[in-house]
Amino acid sequence: MTIFQSLIKKEALHIVRDRRTMIITLVMPLVLLLLFGFAISMERNDVRVAVVVDRHTPQTREIVARMQADDYFSFTGIVSEREAEDMLRRGETDAILFLRSEDGRLTAHIDADASNPVVGQASSAYIQNLVSGNAKVPVLTSTMYNPQLKSAYNFVPGIMGMIFILICAIMTSVSIVSEKETGTMDLLLVSPVKPGVIIFGKLVPYFLLSCVLLCVMLILAYTVLGLPVSYTIVSVVVVSMLYVVLSLAIGLLVSTIVSNQVSALIVSAVLFMLPVIMLSGMIFPIDNMPAFFRWVSCVIPARWYIEAMRKLMIQQLEFRYILQEFFILLGMTVLLLVLSIKKFNTKHSAYEF
Amino acid sequence: MNEDNYAISVRGLTKRFGSFTAVDHISFDVGRGEIFGFLGANGAGKTTAMRMLCGLSRPTAGAGTVAGCDINTQSEMIKRRIGYMSQKFSLYEGLTVTENLRLFATIYGMSDRAIREQSNRVFSLLDMDNMRDTLVKDIPVGWKQKLAFASATIHRPDIVFLDEPTGGVDPVTRRKFWELIYRVSSEGMTVFVTTHYLDEAEYCNRVSIMVDGRITALDTPEALKSEYHADTMDQVFRIVARQATRGE
Repeated sequence: MTIFQSLIKKEALHIVRDRRTMIITLVMPLVLLLLFGFAISMERNDVRVAVVVDRHTPQTREIVARMQADDYFSFTGIVSEREAEDMLRRGETDAILFLRSEDGRLTAHIDADASNPVVGQASSAYIQNLVSGNAKVPVLTSTMYNPQLKSAYNFVPGIMGMIFILICAIMTSVSIVSEKETGTMDLLLVSPVKPGVIIFGKLVPYFLLSCVLLCVMLILAYTVLGLPVSYTIVSVVVVSMLYVVLSLAIGLLVSTIVSNQVSALIVSAVLFMLPVIMLSGMIFPIDNMPAFFRWVSCVIPARWYIEAMRKLMIQQLEFRYILQEFFILLGMTVLLLVLSIKKFNTKHSAYEF
Repeated sequence: MNEDNYAISVRGLTKRFGSFTAVDHISFDVGRGEIFGFLGANGAGKTTAMRMLCGLSRPTAGAGTVAGCDINTQSEMIKRRIGYMSQKFSLYEGLTVTENLRLFATIYGMSDRAIREQSNRVFSLLDMDNMRDTLVKDIPVGWKQKLAFASATIHRPDIVFLDEPTGGVDPVTRRKFWELIYRVSSEGMTVFVTTHYLDEAEYCNRVSIMVDGRITALDTPEALKSEYHADTMDQVFRIVARQATRGE
């Protein structure tokens, strides 16, 4: 076996034998994908609506009938005004639709429970649609790229952006720093092995692990979550690999800065995980952020990765539409790699600790 | 003696960190096959000096050779000819005893056949045959120490550097460990050892004592004892270390 192979084997054995880490690493992406895909759904399926009608007319009957037929609503009945308010308060209904007839003209009023704003907005919008369904001027809305407004795979890019930072940056930095702590890094540095070989022996196993995870997540996204399959998958893989390398560079950089495992964990988590979740556009749209945070988000690699992934996976656009994101990621990767290897070298091969 | 007969020979070796001089112009020679004790209080500069000799740290000034190679220009060659055992008996805890030995043997460029032969020899020498496939984190500290020593010497280096190899180990195990040191020394390997245990200093062929970055005493344990009118190395050390002005 060559030196390089034996270093990789050593690292692989450590990863595989650490059962807990292994399980977390493999199970977490699956759980996150399924959780965000199905459980945490931003769409609203079963809006419970009670209707208060002061005078039944053919028009009100038509609205109620339409509501009963619609999958989005579960019709809780025609109730009195007092009853309706109680039901809303007790949480037995999500919204109340008041249909009042004055001088032969029908007016509709919606009271929606907005204790969860997303649900409140969605349900009142649905009801509005339903009531105005017989309006004279129909408004045509077409939702592009995601015609069924499914959110099952909307989170795939975000979760991939998070997982790779987690695996590559955090696991790599912690494992390098733990070698410094136990003193085995000294044994490697005092041996004839070149520092470059030591670094790559550390990075390659995590790169391979990330590739396995990428496969698992893509298979899940394209089958269970129903992401449409197309040739953009090639670009998805290419850009993801680039992002993996970038995350590894971040991990290496962190490991040269901190000196123990706990601070490696904290630095990686605070500097990388939080911004990825909060500022990358994974959950909160970047356009809605204050200008300051919009600027900050520009230096977060995950932002560009997630944007590129959205275009490739959900919009199914060709590679030429993500050139900007690609080159920004490429630039960041080169910069971080150069910086971290330089830092590692000045610390170790130039014989300084 | 000409220079070739020395395993280590340094002149005016100095290491400064900013305005702080950790090692201040030390000069000494260590003969081939010698057991050389390198003593000093914490913070006296032992570890820094040792790192320079191992090629882990570049000297600010001074010159010298280790295993016949220049410490300023040939540190890569030095690394091939020395073994190093760190003070924490560092090994890969998640690997088995055999996997650790194989890893370090491979790193030092040994062939598969040589590794197999040497491992068998080491296992019978250390009486570790029944632990071959045990994870290192599951073996007692005394065995870890022996294994760390075996890893540091499996490639038959010219010189082995032992950084406090007996810290935190019971007296019987320490005694046994010194038998190992004597064995490799009798086979011609030079042993450069730092220790906190002054009784161990008596086992060395020659001893140097560092105080505030300088070597203030260097001789055989017998000569040092008579020079300082002391009965034990412990007393010698106390007398010499009293000159220290640098705090820990």
